[in-house]
Amino acid sequence: MTTPAISVKGLIKRFGEVEVLHGIDLEIPQGQVSCMIGPSGSGKSTLLRCMAFLEEATEGLIYINGEPLGFAPGPQGKPVRLPAARIRAVRSQIGMVFQQFNLWPHMTALGNVSEALKTVHGVRKSEAEERAMLQLKKVGLAERAGHYPSQLSGGQQQRVAIARALALEPKIMLFDEPTSSLDPELTGEVLNVMRSLAADGMTMVVVSHEIGFAASVGQQIAFLEQGRLVFAGPPRDVFNKPRHPRLDQFLDTYLDRGAAMLA
Amino acid sequence: MSWKLFELLVQASLYTVLISFISITIGLAIGIVVSAASLSSQRALSIPARTFVSFFRGAPLLVQLLLIYNLLPALGLNVPSVVAAIAGLSLCTAAYQAENLRGGFQSVPRGLLEAADMAGLSAFQQFRRIRAPIALRLAFPSLVNEAIMILKASSLVSVVGIVELTRMAQDLAASTYRPIELFSAAGLLYLIINWLIASGGSLFERSFRWGRP
Repeated sequence: MTTPAISVKGLIKRFGEVEVLHGIDLEIPQGQVSCMIGPSGSGKSTLLRCMAFLEEATEGLIYINGEPLGFAPGPQGKPVRLPAARIRAVRSQIGMVFQQFNLWPHMTALGNVSEALKTVHGVRKSEAEERAMLQLKKVGLAERAGHYPSQLSGGQQQRVAIARALALEPKIMLFDEPTSSLDPELTGEVLNVMRSLAADGMTMVVVSHEIGFAASVGQQIAFLEQGRLVFAGPPRDVFNKPRHPRLDQFLDTYLDRGAAMLA
Repeated sequence: MSWKLFELLVQASLYTVLISFISITIGLAIGIVVSAASLSSQRALSIPARTFVSFFRGAPLLVQLLLIYNLLPALGLNVPSVVAAIAGLSLCTAAYQAENLRGGFQSVPRGLLEAADMAGLSAFQQFRRIRAPIALRLAFPSLVNEAIMILKASSLVSVVGIVELTRMAQDLAASTYRPIELFSAAGLLYLIINWLIASGGSLFERSFRWGRP
């Protein structure tokens, strides 16, 4: 059996007094699209952010392709924090796309995509820009390379953000509600880029309210509610009737968001 | 007022500009370091930085100048008085600029740094490539304001024997008995210099709009 792309073991996350994840165990298989769905506040975004070590787990461990991220098991069973350089090294296998795009406003699209190649990997400017251009072409934005984020639509900004992550050749891509801050007519262009990425066999974890996308592209569905993983499995087990009563209830509220096909 | 007198004032104003420019530049460099330190989660860095700011912002510049001017020789450092003047101005403006920049740094959206984390940028690379440029851009209008304040405050360095624009006007007024003309001319020169700083500032600001209209 192959090593899972990501494995989450006994993850507990507290913000102060509030426990938002109550012990999650989850494996993300290689080369598949895993979608995490659930109501707002269910902890799915926090779980995704823990997978990238943007949030530190209160308890539990995260493994990326078998390597511990952030904390490793210590000698007395107590996890020890890994050095920053080690965290960066393991994290370099992951690309992340955010709800708010988070493009650097002082750099053009090309600058955003080529930045880490130049600064982190020491790639020559001309070569870095050539490689960045290739990624922008892939997301259909080659002709917008010289534009600043403020000159791009939300959908275009998110596609640049995807190109920025892809330029570093990650093995895993994490999407944190990538279309939630977009106008409905702009979500399609972002979802299409994600579909073609999935078709290329990229390992993807997608937190999304786009149930339609989850059902049609997702190969693994994880349903979270109130900080617990209610269940995970292939879409036919998850969406086909008879459904888990809590999922049924959840889907009812999303019928107008592309889940009508599942009714 | 004779042309000769005006020429002397213009020369002195160049001295004012030079001292102010050097002080603002040194102050900016110190200010960047101090603002970064004051935002650090390590108290060994943030406490000295905040103490620095509250001292140099809290005591009058005139007192600071006189203190530094007398302190340096007492410590066995016999430096020209212009060094004491620049040191005083630099440290004072550093405190204000550090506070302006701290505001800028705090306004950099957290998400931009998370994106930088995911792109593998180290803390220093994030500072240099993301945080500093954005913070400077956000703080720029207040930095221009500070430059204007320092140019005017540089008139105080006359107390440590520097003959800059204000002192020159005073000296000339005393010898010619024409204070009104001389101080009017000096005021006009300050006004012109500050107008140039303000215009330069807005020109520069326009050059980094990052695509905004």
